[in-house]
Amino acid sequence: MIEIQGLTKSFGALAAVAGIDLTVRQGEVLGFLGPNGAGKSTTMKMITGFLAPSSGRVRVSGHDVETDTLAAQRMIGYLPEGAPAYGDMTPRQFLGFIAEVRGFTGAAAKDRIASVVAKTELDPVLDQPIETLSKGFRRRVGVAQAILHDPPVLIMDEPTDGLDPNQKHSVRTLLREMAPKKAIIVSTHLLEEVEAICTRAVIIDRGRVVADGTPAELLARSRHHNAVTLVVPTDRAAAIKARLGTLPGVAMVEQTPRINGSDVELTAFPKGGALLVEAVSALATSDNWNVKELYAEAGRLDEVFRAITTHDAQRAREVRA
Amino acid sequence: MSAAAAVFKREFAAYFATPLAYVFIVIFLFAMGAFTFYIGHFFDTGSADLQTFFGFHPWLYLFLVPAISMRLWAEERRSGTMELLLTLPLPLTSTVVGKYLAAWAFTGVALLLTFPIWITVNYLGHPDNGVILASYIGSFLMAGAYLAIGACISASTNNQVIAFVVSVVVCFLFTISGAPLVLDFFRAWAPLALVDAISSFSFLTHFTAITAGVIDLRDLVFFLSLIALFLAANVVVVDLKKSG
Repeated sequence: MIEIQGLTKSFGALAAVAGIDLTVRQGEVLGFLGPNGAGKSTTMKMITGFLAPSSGRVRVSGHDVETDTLAAQRMIGYLPEGAPAYGDMTPRQFLGFIAEVRGFTGAAAKDRIASVVAKTELDPVLDQPIETLSKGFRRRVGVAQAILHDPPVLIMDEPTDGLDPNQKHSVRTLLREMAPKKAIIVSTHLLEEVEAICTRAVIIDRGRVVADGTPAELLARSRHHNAVTLVVPTDRAAAIKARLGTLPGVAMVEQTPRINGSDVELTAFPKGGALLVEAVSALATSDNWNVKELYAEAGRLDEVFRAITTHDAQRAREVRA
Repeated sequence: MSAAAAVFKREFAAYFATPLAYVFIVIFLFAMGAFTFYIGHFFDTGSADLQTFFGFHPWLYLFLVPAISMRLWAEERRSGTMELLLTLPLPLTSTVVGKYLAAWAFTGVALLLTFPIWITVNYLGHPDNGVILASYIGSFLMAGAYLAIGACISASTNNQVIAFVVSVVVCFLFTISGAPLVLDFFRAWAPLALVDAISSFSFLTHFTAITAGVIDLRDLVFFLSLIALFLAANVVVVDLKKSG
């Protein structure tokens, strides 16, 4: 559905995108991750035909975005960064304009608008100027505009940015419902979003893909993958820590004080990704540790993210050098 | 064509959705009146025609038209809607033409609202209404030419103030390109043919010819081809900006 080959984009001396190859198929929800300035938005702008690539090509449903722009753009629903919309229009007028541009007239246009308004729960604000709407409604106007023509390809630049947890939940539910019939790329800073809706996560840094896999595969790269964390009273921590260290599968144990002062978090890291949770819980029961919490960690995405991407200040220094 | 119509409708409605349209029209009409009656001494001339009225049009347009055109593209860039507009499946030419025609139609509305002055001369005397009609057409064409220049300049920046100032300067040069101020600069070194070509670009010359009551095909072609040229340049500028 989306084929990206050798895509690059330079702004003067700065290579914003430095060679990206990706294929996204129907049914995939690709979470596009990366630090600010890594090239996520620039890549999305090239997929949608807003920016011309310096080299490489993008094809959407078989249409080359550069040479067959309009055909490709008909296949795409796009939510640009910041969900821009004409502030002086009401959502009803704005969606009417989008419907007209997308070639819907009369009853068909009305049906489309009614359907996306219901999906994005915009009906209470349909006749208020967009510039007076709250951030959450404005973002949903952008989402509504993108899905109005039920496109086979959806490109969304931070669709849940600035939304409250309820609104995030409804946008994610919407995306999950649409996912089987579409190829979707979602950029986000929210790592929990990747775990919630994405079938595949791609991390880019300095314009290159540095990780590509299912969220579970990325989590497996985390130091915390299969680690076990216990919360125990502070006075018993030292003894428990020593006992944990004697378990055969445990590589090391880390201790972090809890904010309340009376408890301590102990995390046991496994040797070679071994499963520890059964051994640890058995030990806790037999030794009667007074454990307040005990859980196995799947891995921490933010840890993986920090390990393989660079800090913005570091990148800026490199560019200057 | 339906794409251009959709853009036109949205854009034209946008003028009236904000105070812009009303402020512009009020100032336009007020300035027209003030110039005609106080500076042009309309009543003292004692003749039943609108020569003094139309004589001020190029100078008013010089400042008021760039005020309209400056936001045409610069505002879209600043607010981010440019990205939305250019990723919709619209041919770029339709978008450029649709936006331009909306702005032109809007200045047409402002111009039509000067009709009381036409009623006034008809009430006071027996003017040649053919000449007045020709002058209105000429004025509308000239406004269109100023707009096309301003639209093209607006597309090249995301700063409305820059768009305004540069447009005023370029429009000024086109207005007076037949005057010694401009021609003397070229006469010193340029071949005569070029100097003649430059002087023939003068809006004043072409507009004055039309307000004399003769719509010469050459004057029509001049304004229309100038509009087409700048709209084509507008398309190229927007397209070039895609390459970042």
